Amino acid sequence: MIYEFLVLRFGEISLKGKNKKKFIVKLETTIRERLKRFPNLFVKRHYDDIEITLHGEDVDAVAEQLQSIFGIHSIRAAIKVENNLENIKQGALQIAQSEVKAQTFKISARRKNKNFEYPANVLNQELGGHILRNMEALKVDVHHPDLNIRVEVGERDTRLYGREYPGAGGLPVGTSGKVMLMLSGGIDSPVAGYLLQKRGAEIEAIHFHSPPYTNDRAKQKVIDLAEKLQNFGGHIKLHIVPFTNAQVAIKDSMPDNYRMTIMRRMMLRIAEKLAKKNGALAIATGESLGQVASQTLESMHTINEVTNYPVLRPLVSMDKIDIMAIAQKIDTYDISIRPYEDCCTIFLPTAPKTKPKREHANKFEQYLPIDELINEALEGVQTIDLLNKSQVPDDIDDLL
Amino acid sequence: MIYFDNSATTKPYPEALDTFLKVAQNYYANPSSIHRLGSQSEELLKRSRQQAANLLQVSDKEIIFTSGGSEGNNLAIKGIANYFKDRGKHIITTEIEHASSYLACKQLEKEGYEVTYLPVDSEGKISFEQLKQSLRKDTILVTLIHVNNEVGSIQPISEVADLLKDKPTTLLHVDHVQGVGKVPLDLSQGKIDLCTISGHKFHGPKGTGLLYIRHGVNLSPLFAGGSQEQGRRAGTENLPGITAMVKALRMTLEFKKTHFSELKRHKEKLIQGLSTIEGITIHTPKNGSAPHIINISIKGLKAEVLVHALEEKEVYVSTKSACSSKDQQASRILLAMGVSDSDAKQAIRLSLSYQTTAEEVDQFLKILKTQVADLRQVMRS
Repeated sequence: MIYEFLVLRFGEISLKGKNKKKFIVKLETTIRERLKRFPNLFVKRHYDDIEITLHGEDVDAVAEQLQSIFGIHSIRAAIKVENNLENIKQGALQIAQSEVKAQTFKISARRKNKNFEYPANVLNQELGGHILRNMEALKVDVHHPDLNIRVEVGERDTRLYGREYPGAGGLPVGTSGKVMLMLSGGIDSPVAGYLLQKRGAEIEAIHFHSPPYTNDRAKQKVIDLAEKLQNFGGHIKLHIVPFTNAQVAIKDSMPDNYRMTIMRRMMLRIAEKLAKKNGALAIATGESLGQVASQTLESMHTINEVTNYPVLRPLVSMDKIDIMAIAQKIDTYDISIRPYEDCCTIFLPTAPKTKPKREHANKFEQYLPIDELINEALEGVQTIDLLNKSQVPDDIDDLL
Repeated sequence: MIYFDNSATTKPYPEALDTFLKVAQNYYANPSSIHRLGSQSEELLKRSRQQAANLLQVSDKEIIFTSGGSEGNNLAIKGIANYFKDRGKHIITTEIEHASSYLACKQLEKEGYEVTYLPVDSEGKISFEQLKQSLRKDTILVTLIHVNNEVGSIQPISEVADLLKDKPTTLLHVDHVQGVGKVPLDLSQGKIDLCTISGHKFHGPKGTGLLYIRHGVNLSPLFAGGSQEQGRRAGTENLPGITAMVKALRMTLEFKKTHFSELKRHKEKLIQGLSTIEGITIHTPKNGSAPHIINISIKGLKAEVLVHALEEKEVYVSTKSACSSKDQQASRILLAMGVSDSDAKQAIRLSLSYQTTAEEVDQFLKILKTQVADLRQVMRS
C-alpha cells in the first residue's frame, strides 16, 4: 500500500462561519471514537480539513469506518513528496500504478506555492505525459476519469491524492442540538432518527411499553434499533415508558373511534415532558403523510394540539418504498420486521377515526385523568444508557 | 496415550465443555418460548449465530445450525436437488466424497436424478477441465469435498467457484468438514453457495454443525416441523451444543494463527520418519494436501491388525474413515485414486490436531517401528 495519510473534507461545515471550529472539534471527537480499534493512526485537525496519518493501517478499512460519519464530505488517500518535479512525477506514477482497476485518469494540479517554478498547466502536462509513457493501458479522460490524481504544491511539500471515498455528508451529530425521537419498533421511526442525525441532531429515544400486552422481545427490538442508530453518532439514551395503565384507561373510558387519537395525544404529552426534562428542544416521529389513520392531516392537526414543542417529521413527504430502502441501507429493516407487537397495534380500534376533530378530542378527554396517568407513566420510566447497558445476561461473552 | 484419530473425531476443548454445561444448566428455556427465559435463550442463540458468522466472514442470516456433517451434506444436496428439480436434474460430484454426500447422490439417482461422479488422479484430485466439460445446461448442483477425510487431498474449490460464478443456475456446495481451521476456504466472496461444517471435528461437541447458505439461495428442508432456522431446519435448537461449537470454532481459528506451522512441521516429520519403514506406501499426496492427515499402507500388514497392535501401546489411529471402517471392504477413496485392492485394504490413517506435540510425533514413530518389526517377525515364523 502506498498511501500515507487520509484527508477528510467537510461539506457544509465549511459554510458555518464562527461555529466552524465547534463543529470540527465535535467531528474530531466522533472520528477518534470510531477509529479506536486502529491503534497506529494519528488524527490531526486543521482549519480546513482533518488529516489522518495511517502508519501502516489498511487504508480501505479505515476509510470504511469514516464513510458512515456525518459531516465528512469526502475522504482522500494521499502521499507527500518533496517540492521537486522529479519526485512529484514519481509519486504520481506510483499512485497510478497502485490503482490497478483504473482505466482512465486525469491530473488536477494546483500550485499554492507560487515560488514553485512550474505552473499548474505545465505540471498537468508533465505528470500526465510521464504516466502515459510508463503505463500503456491507461488513457486520459478529463471529464469522467476513473482516477483523478490531485496534486497540491504547498509551501513545504507537495501532496498527491489518489483513491477517493465518498463521505456520508450532512452535519456532525450533536452540532444541531438534541431531539427526542419516538421509536416504536416499526420501519419508519429509526429512519426518521437517522435522517435527523444526518442533519446533526443528537437523538434520545422514547419507547412506550405495555406489559403484559407487549413483551420483552418488543423492547429488545427497540434496543437493537437504537444501537444501530448509535453507529451514526453519539451514544443514545433510550427511555422506556410504562404505558399499560394509560392504554387501559383510554380503552375503558374513551369512544372506540377516538381511542387511537387520544392515545397519540397522551404519548405526545409524555414525550414533551421527557424532552423538557432531558434538554431536547424538539420531538421527532416517523410519520409520513397519509400513511395510516393517525397520519392524516386531520389526525396530525388534532394530535399536535397538545404540545407546542416542534414535532419534526423528516419522513412526512416520503413514500413507504423509499423509507424502506433507507431502512435497508442503515440495516434497521431486518430488526423492524421482527414480528413482535408494539404498543400501537394491541389496543387499536377496528375503525379508528381518520378525520378526528380537536373539539371532540378535548371533550372526551375531560373524562380521562390525564395528569395522573402522565405522572404515573413518568415515574415508571426506565432509562437505558446503551453504552453501559446490561440488558442481556452478562455471561454471554464468557460462554462464547 | 497418543490420539492420532482426529479426523474421526476430536477431543472436545475443556472450555467448550464448560460452556456446554453452563448453557444446559442456565439456558434450558426454549428460544421459541415467548417468556423472559425464552428471550434469554433466543438472545444467546442470536449471539452465537453472529459470532459464527463473524468467524466465517459471512452474514448471520446465512448460518443454519444442524446436527453435524452428515445432516449438512444431506440438507444441502437433497434440499437443492428437490427445490430445483424443475430446473434440472443433473448433479456433479466426485468419486471421493464422504459417505453422507456420496450416498445422498446415490439415493437421488434412484429418484431420477443424473449424477456425474468425477474421477480423481493418483493424488486424489479431480481434473478441473473434466469438471468444466461435465457441466450441462441442466446441472443444478456441483458438490465437492474440500479436504478428503481419508487422504487429505484438497480440491480446487476457488477455481470451481470462479467458473460457476457466471452460471447462476448451477449452485456450488462444499463439504468443508475436514478443512475447518486447517485449510482456509473463503466464503466472504459469496462465490460458494453452500458449505457444510461439523462441530466435533474441531473440538466441539458431537451432534453439532452448521450449514452456510448464501443469502438468496433457496432449498427444501429435510424435516417437516417448526419454523426454527428460518424454516430450513425444524426442531428445537441444540443451544448448549451450538454455543459450545461456536466457542470451539473461535478457539480453533485462534490455534490456527499460533500453531499452524507447528502442525505442518509435525506432518513433515511424520512423513520423513514413515518413509524409512520398509514396504510403506504413503497415499497422501506430497504437495497440496491438508496439514493434518496422512494415509499409509505397509506391505504385508493388515490394517486391522496394525490398529490393534498400536492400540496395545495406547496409540489410536483409524483404518479409512470412521463412518465406514467397520466393513471389510477396501477404501473406495483409495481405489478411486488407483491404489491396488490389496494396498487399499491395508491403509491406515493418521490424523493430527493443533493439540499434537513434537514428543507425540517422536513417540509415535518409535512405537510404530517396533510394532511393525514385531508383527513382521510373528508373520514370518
